[in-house]
Amino acid sequence: MLLIYCPYCEEERSELEFRQAGDAHIARPTNMTEMTDEEFEAFFFLRDNVKGLTYERWRHLNGCGRFFNAARDTVSDKFVTTYKAGLPKPDISALRPATEATVETYEATESNAK
Amino acid sequence: MRKYSVFAVAREAMRGHRGWEAQWTSPEPRKEYDVIIIGAGGHGLGTAYYLAKEHGITNIAVLEKGWLGGGNTGRNTTIIRSNYLYDESAGIYDHALKLWDDLSQDLNYNVMYSARGVMMLSHNIHDQQVFKRHIHANRLNGIDNEWLTPEQAKEFCPPLDISRTARYPINGAALQRRGGTARHDAVAWGYARAAADRGVHIIQNCEVTGLRRHANGAIAGVETNRGYIGAKKVGVVAAGHTSVLMEMAEVRMPLVSYPLQALVSEPVKPIFPCVVMSNTVHAYISQSDKGELVIGAGTDQYSSYSQTGGLQIITHTLDAICELFPIFRRMKMMRSWGGIVDVTPDRSPILAKTPVPGLYVNCGWGTGGFKATPGSANVFAHTIANDAPHKINAPFTLERFRSGRLIDEAAAAAVAH
Repeated sequence: MLLIYCPYCEEERSELEFRQAGDAHIARPTNMTEMTDEEFEAFFFLRDNVKGLTYERWRHLNGCGRFFNAARDTVSDKFVTTYKAGLPKPDISALRPATEATVETYEATESNAK
Repeated sequence: MRKYSVFAVAREAMRGHRGWEAQWTSPEPRKEYDVIIIGAGGHGLGTAYYLAKEHGITNIAVLEKGWLGGGNTGRNTTIIRSNYLYDESAGIYDHALKLWDDLSQDLNYNVMYSARGVMMLSHNIHDQQVFKRHIHANRLNGIDNEWLTPEQAKEFCPPLDISRTARYPINGAALQRRGGTARHDAVAWGYARAAADRGVHIIQNCEVTGLRRHANGAIAGVETNRGYIGAKKVGVVAAGHTSVLMEMAEVRMPLVSYPLQALVSEPVKPIFPCVVMSNTVHAYISQSDKGELVIGAGTDQYSSYSQTGGLQIITHTLDAICELFPIFRRMKMMRSWGGIVDVTPDRSPILAKTPVPGLYVNCGWGTGGFKATPGSANVFAHTIANDAPHKINAPFTLERFRSGRLIDEAAAAAVAH
């Protein structure tokens, strides 16, 4: 289970209190009726599904109830940082994303076992 | 390839089992292939097998980043059924079920397909209405599915608690008798052996790092950690990593990858005769031939490539199992693991051509792809060989998310993930 820091409650709480709410920093279209099918598909169905550092929305549902944003690594599942909704993407370019070589998975440790 | 038979077993027994051949070879990659399949799981190896067997294309390589069958083929709960609601799904899953029937004979490899019946429990009036709708829809499609009373369900699966005081009372069940289980590893191994016998190259520990294209946009080959390999056609059959591979061809996919967990108990004597699923309380369980109870948990809520998930997801499923089958309350769980499943918005797969000429994709099987392995491989091979879909997979396009012709099985899955 993940431990997640809520930037509003300023406290680290268990994942059970939170709901993941999709990608962050998406500009929702305001002209939905005028969009082409391609534009609607790209907004509504297509996903980057990033392997590595990703920005996503979380909601502290069973806590303060507020939405916030998080930068998380989808290979290690580690939260790099969480920040309040509306703030720009934090600069985490210096951070090296995890790879399968750097994450201690069961498979990795198992295959190295002598 | 020497055929497996009772005579082969007898002969080898006489010679101290020194004459068994390797089931497949590990050749050096050629400079170019007619078809490259990325991903040596059941679906990928099966595709290579049917390309060779039914379409006469044998200059094929199956590239695998890790080891053969080490992805979701080796991580699922081996359940086979075809009682899906919509005509499109019924078509592809029942095509698979028909192939399961004599797959062992076809491959000369015992995949241990056992039609022991898949029973879905109904706990309330809504379940009952949905299941009866399924049963009628299935029958119209020629797929067996029948309604059982709680007593009939208990008779079919004796460990089931149908008492009125049960935490999750049961008011009936839907049973597909042709459903069941198969040995998941044997499916990958059987396809690998049969494909290799027809000249297919299976190259493990070969990770694709890029897709090279001609000036006109058509696929030219793949960059790998073992160098560049040319290909006239490339089929991506990479489950959770499909988005990563397709991005190399600048195609954004309607997919999100989630961890899905499963677990097995300590092995015990035969106690559980069928597969039981409950959507409402989220549980599915069967017993392997080795004796372990095989239990499937749900997906985690966040996207991930980590092949692990939260413990609370597993315990949630075990809570439900212990209520439905009080007999298992003191069983010890032995191993748990996670796989990365690629989920589409409508929870139906994509088996189709892509905007890139010569590039094909078979993905989006989400939490339930094992059952479809032979059918999926069979029609995907047809799609690659003819550069056009088979009529069974024609509805499972990538473009349906633009046109809106979704195959909305989401609410119709046996277990909601």
